Amino acid sequence: MATAATSRRLPASERLRRSLGNGRVSAILILLPPALILFTLFVILPLGESGYYSFFNWNGYGAPSDFVGLENYERIAGHSIFHKAVGNTVKIVAVSLLIQMPLALALALLIFRKTPTNAVFRLIFFVPYILAEVAAGLIWSFVFDGNYGITASVAQSLGMDSLFILADRDWAFVAVMTVIVWKYFGFHMMIYIAALQSVPEDLIESGRIEGAKRLQIVRYVQIPHIKPAIIVSAFFAIIGALQVFDVIIPLTNGGPSNQTHTIVTYLYTFGLTRLNIGFGSAVGVILFVAAITVAVFYQRFFMKGDKA
Amino acid sequence: MTRGHLLRNILRVALLCLVASFVLAPMVATVLGGFKTNAEIRTNAFALPASWNWEFYGSIVSDPAFWRYLGNSMLISSVAVTLTLIVGAAAAYVFAQIKFFGSRMLFSYLLLGLMFPFATAILPLFIKVRDVGLLDTWWAVILPQTAFSLSLAILLFRTFFEQLPKELFEAAYIDGCGYVRFFWRFTLPLSAPILATVGVFVFVQSWNNFLLPLVVLNSREVFTWPLGMMQFRGEYVTEWNRTLAFVTLTLVPAIVFFLAAQKYIVAGLTGGAVKG
Repeated sequence: MATAATSRRLPASERLRRSLGNGRVSAILILLPPALILFTLFVILPLGESGYYSFFNWNGYGAPSDFVGLENYERIAGHSIFHKAVGNTVKIVAVSLLIQMPLALALALLIFRKTPTNAVFRLIFFVPYILAEVAAGLIWSFVFDGNYGITASVAQSLGMDSLFILADRDWAFVAVMTVIVWKYFGFHMMIYIAALQSVPEDLIESGRIEGAKRLQIVRYVQIPHIKPAIIVSAFFAIIGALQVFDVIIPLTNGGPSNQTHTIVTYLYTFGLTRLNIGFGSAVGVILFVAAITVAVFYQRFFMKGDKA
Repeated sequence: MTRGHLLRNILRVALLCLVASFVLAPMVATVLGGFKTNAEIRTNAFALPASWNWEFYGSIVSDPAFWRYLGNSMLISSVAVTLTLIVGAAAAYVFAQIKFFGSRMLFSYLLLGLMFPFATAILPLFIKVRDVGLLDTWWAVILPQTAFSLSLAILLFRTFFEQLPKELFEAAYIDGCGYVRFFWRFTLPLSAPILATVGVFVFVQSWNNFLLPLVVLNSREVFTWPLGMMQFRGEYVTEWNRTLAFVTLTLVPAIVFFLAAQKYIVAGLTGGAVKG
């Protein structure tokens, strides 16, 4: 092109003037900084500060001055309630992978075809996901209420004593996990449905003509075909488990006797409400490392090559 | 249809109905509970109310605090969405349209937000917000929320902008239209579908957010609805019917919004999630 040829022969100052003229540089300087500034101020900087504060014993007032090295991390590592919180997080992951995802997959296989009935069921199953976690937590704290709730009614009609599930050390977390499955299986189901709809119908048809049973088609045609979707949904289940907070607060608030904490409720309870900023920041750093480890590990082993 | 086929279909629908009742039962009990006296909830949490008492719903609807909570949430979510769309689209536009030194690096930098949960930085965020005097203001929720939404927004926007026809820009450019003007005049209007998807996603996140407002908002004047709801629950610990009525009234806008924006919500939450 003529213009390109002439501009290449122009002196550098002229080229700069031209590129300013068509707004290339000014576009970069106008359009990019707002995002960079916001992101740096409210995401990256706090993250870095988490790391910094975690080496101090600090209540958040004045500048952090009481440097304690790794003491916060040592205290966390030795805290039995933190062990419980991590254990609970692992339990959520296990329930997500072993109960929630198979349930979601089974339902997706039943209703992935576009029919009016299926659309209704799809809608119903997705509703819990769109509710706020706090609302879901409150609803279920009513369901499990030993005096008023549905479990109370059921227990009564079976002639049993009142059940206070959420106040029971052994059962409270089972209740929490029930709520989590209820809340999120629809999300995973939707991912599978979207994937299942992209399985070519003739593949299924030819399998059927060759005499494959329904389950064999599921096993050898459909599931292999939607493997990327399953991998992604498992990733969300794991990352989601690391973040559970909202649901716990109305349900149990971490109780009874700190049996139902997750990493984030632990951070909130022992870091923020007691203004142990250093300690809480250290929990934040641990959570960060866990999330990054999961992400990197996952990319390495499951998302090789295919950009899901 | 063969008999085996029919039988299997009946079995299928029966199974689906079973799961549907597990999903719906708690919500139905919640809606009905708002009409019952507490004594009635106690004896039967699940039956239709003996008489439909509208007073619990009425007292909440006529309480200005309830509307203030919703209004605060609406304001925060709307501003967060607007900011995310403008700021995110502007940055994504630069990455999609202009090649410059360091562009890939800055892009990866802005995507870091996809890697870790919001909660990791919540304490320093609290300190920062407090130190700049934003505690107890709407901005304390809006700005961090926007910042955390940017990563996904920029990722999705860039992919979309790159697919817009290149000839368009060349034509406009010959007519003397610069980059910034082109962004406002052409890119944004042509990107309505992706703007809607991301907008709905950010709105839902912001509307339902609990942890951040819980940490940075203290006075009831600025409470968002989840905080207001927990406050209300705390005040009426023993009166489940009032709490249930309150919860029901917050479910209604969520479900209406979902039905209206279903297409974008499903696309944003599953499709967007899969791409992320």
